[in-house]
Amino acid sequence: MSCACNEFSRSSLLRRSVAEAGRGLPVVEAGMPLPAGSGLSRRTFLARTAGLALSVYGASKLPLGLFEEGIARAAAPTDPILVSIFLDGGADSLSMLYPAGDAQYAGLRPTLALAPEAGLPFAEDTALHWHPSLAPLAELHGEGKVSVLPAVGYTNADQSHFTSRHYWEVGATDAHLRTGWLGRYLDVAGTADNPLQGLALSDSLQPSLASANVPIAAVSQVDDYDFWAQNVWGEPEVRMLDAIGSFTSSDAGRGQVAEVAAQVARLRAQLQPFDDGNWGSPVPYPASSDPFPARLAGLAAMIAAGLPLRCVTVSAPGMYDTHADQATDFGSALALTADSLEAFQRDLEARGLADRVIVHVWSEFGRRGEENGSHGTDHGAAGIGFLIGSQVKGQMLGEFPGLASGLDDEGNLKATFDFRSLYCSLLEQWFGTDAEAIIPNAASLDHPAILK
Amino acid sequence: MAAADVPVYHGPFGKREAERLLWRAGFGPKPGEAKDVARKGLKRAVDDLLHPPRARLIGPAPTADGGEPLAPRDAWGHDHLWWLDRMVRSNQQLVERMTLVWHDWFATSNAGVGSQKWMLTQNKLFRKHALGNFESLLIGVTRDPAMLIWLNGRDNTKWAPNENYARELMEIFTLGAGNGYTEEDVREQARSLTGWRNDWVDGEGDVNFRYDSSRHDNGVKVVFGKSGNFGWEDACRLCIHHSPHLTYFVRRLWSYFIPTPPPATTESALKTLYKRSGYDIAPVVGAILKHPRLYTGPAMLKPPVVQVAGMLRARRRPVDTGAWAWISEIDGQRLFYPPNVAGWTEERWLDTSTFRGRWIAANYASRKYALDPGASSGKFPLDAKDLLSRALDFWGNPAMRTDTRTALLGFANSALSDADQNWKKAQYPVLVLNALRMLVAVSPDYQTC
Repeated sequence: MSCACNEFSRSSLLRRSVAEAGRGLPVVEAGMPLPAGSGLSRRTFLARTAGLALSVYGASKLPLGLFEEGIARAAAPTDPILVSIFLDGGADSLSMLYPAGDAQYAGLRPTLALAPEAGLPFAEDTALHWHPSLAPLAELHGEGKVSVLPAVGYTNADQSHFTSRHYWEVGATDAHLRTGWLGRYLDVAGTADNPLQGLALSDSLQPSLASANVPIAAVSQVDDYDFWAQNVWGEPEVRMLDAIGSFTSSDAGRGQVAEVAAQVARLRAQLQPFDDGNWGSPVPYPASSDPFPARLAGLAAMIAAGLPLRCVTVSAPGMYDTHADQATDFGSALALTADSLEAFQRDLEARGLADRVIVHVWSEFGRRGEENGSHGTDHGAAGIGFLIGSQVKGQMLGEFPGLASGLDDEGNLKATFDFRSLYCSLLEQWFGTDAEAIIPNAASLDHPAILK
Repeated sequence: MAAADVPVYHGPFGKREAERLLWRAGFGPKPGEAKDVARKGLKRAVDDLLHPPRARLIGPAPTADGGEPLAPRDAWGHDHLWWLDRMVRSNQQLVERMTLVWHDWFATSNAGVGSQKWMLTQNKLFRKHALGNFESLLIGVTRDPAMLIWLNGRDNTKWAPNENYARELMEIFTLGAGNGYTEEDVREQARSLTGWRNDWVDGEGDVNFRYDSSRHDNGVKVVFGKSGNFGWEDACRLCIHHSPHLTYFVRRLWSYFIPTPPPATTESALKTLYKRSGYDIAPVVGAILKHPRLYTGPAMLKPPVVQVAGMLRARRRPVDTGAWAWISEIDGQRLFYPPNVAGWTEERWLDTSTFRGRWIAANYASRKYALDPGASSGKFPLDAKDLLSRALDFWGNPAMRTDTRTALLGFANSALSDADQNWKKAQYPVLVLNALRMLVAVSPDYQTC
């Protein structure tokens, strides 16, 4: 799965820049939209009650004290939570839920087509089979906890990673919109003093959370606050960690360091429950060097701790821009994703929190029906999505259009379901808010039932 | 007021004062260097900083993990490592420090530029003019490719003026927010600056930056009440010759070296000095470095990258790990990625999150020297003072005030008192010494200068 296209790399670079750049964001190519959230200022906070080192966006005038009080006050352990999982690069839907046994499929995919017996049949449309790595989702689907969107997208799909992802993030096919669809929801439903309401579990802001008025946050890992020193352990280590807080100084410059050091020592003690994974999970998560499973495990622990979360974004492991040698890493990244998502669902169930959370899995587009000459696939149009959770209806949203009539003039899958319809349904049925205030032209879109 | 009227420090110039100068005008002393500089006396010490020998990088060349040479134009993080190495090894410490000042002053982020090559080109420009003439520097910056990308100078045409650079030119680079210019001046200056463009070549990126007179607005502009058919160089000069620039320049430059604002008489004398020199940078820097406030005023927090470079200098250790790049993202100063066009905000250098970054940096600077409690078992005394003096020696004996020494000794004494068995008596002093090195490194005294 090497060989990401140049445009993809540039797109990634720009995405990173959202978190950091103020004015003067780049124009990579004429007509390309700037990522939502461009220009939001960042400030780093520590939420002691929440126990997180946070990069907070759009809260430059928010005093620390107010922020902490806000978190304490905003805690509402009954609020619904949406977790947005992004498959970066345009995931190949025709491998994830593949038309097994379709002769046309085998013809389009001479080296990449999966054998009918490789994956479990999809109960709602047995012409389709699950990628073997998605067996955990098949299992959850069997329990009525997964709604599949087999061909989700929009008409006249843009095949630029950058532009298409932007559309999904802002919830409109509008290159100029600068706030994310989740951010606009938070502007309506959130508060000015609770950055945790929109949380990117990553090193930097995810643009779909970009808000106009309320603060949002980014944190890499819930347990990312250790103070390790080489060859210091046992009793001396405990003494050392306490000693960080023991400096004093009346001098202005040195006093500032002493003061922060004292805060550090207090905070570190408060975070001890989350340190080194000591917070624990009631179910096992996959072991991986990728942070994804640990982030989900930490997320479940945060929800269990009553932190006031509403919208959370996480990037799935792997890179799905599979222009070449797609078979190499695709399955393992997908397996880690699905295994982690299943663990997350089981974790929430074990903690009695499953009714509060819906997971939405998405990618900026699907891939071309026909494989290319490099054992890979090029950018396509409609792709696949999933809603996961105890409350979801568990039925397909849209249908698989088939290869015979379901490909457009360029050989890409046509969308049978508009991503903005999904957003409207989530906003209204899950969050209980008016979609028209958040999604442009919401009235012209279907708002199908997505909950049980 | 004559230039000689900038006050000069005449108090004692010993190791402590030399240490402060070396941290503020460079990246900290190498072992023994503070004593050598103290022997020179203040005047010669500052003169040597202003007039260094021919540029040389002293010591082993930098490597990333695995020992390979750096690829600063291409590899992720190697841009940071490349510059950090210069900070550690350059024999022109003030030049390198001023390069960092200009990087903050004309803050350009590769997050927006998207080219390490162009960022390094800009870095070379800052180094070339580090102690040169501000007008030449500003003109160089205005046509610099990274800046033309970052603040849309290349998108600014007579048909569609882009005000981004014009605004920051005045607000951030020369005059200060709302200080002596109007919105109309911004629009007019944008017109003066029109004409820059470049090409995009697949596989190469942004190339061929050039001034194209067919894109330039040749009409009459009115700036600061003066009218004329101004061009891009005029736009720069108009700002520098505009009197509010003197105050902005002097105060801002001062703030990089001294944390409290200059006294009114000093400010006035520095402005005169700057203007009379024809906007030269070196005389003003020299006067600031000799000012009494630098030696008698409060301690100043070291910028994160200065702290890291200084720890390496104290250990005579080259850049030999790529870790410094990711650590810089935690400690709050990733070179070539300032947070926005206004640069890093000094008041926010330190919070509980970036403090942890400084801790991690201290651990990475010292971990390969960490003593093994098994191998060193029984080799160190159960003596807090002895262990503290060894820990201080590890970092080149930086000055420590009594309150900090008290805290460090308090830790060491209590940790040693836990040694209630023979194996602990043999090994705890080793662990305590390792811990003391860390605590010294993050102490208020060693984090400030």
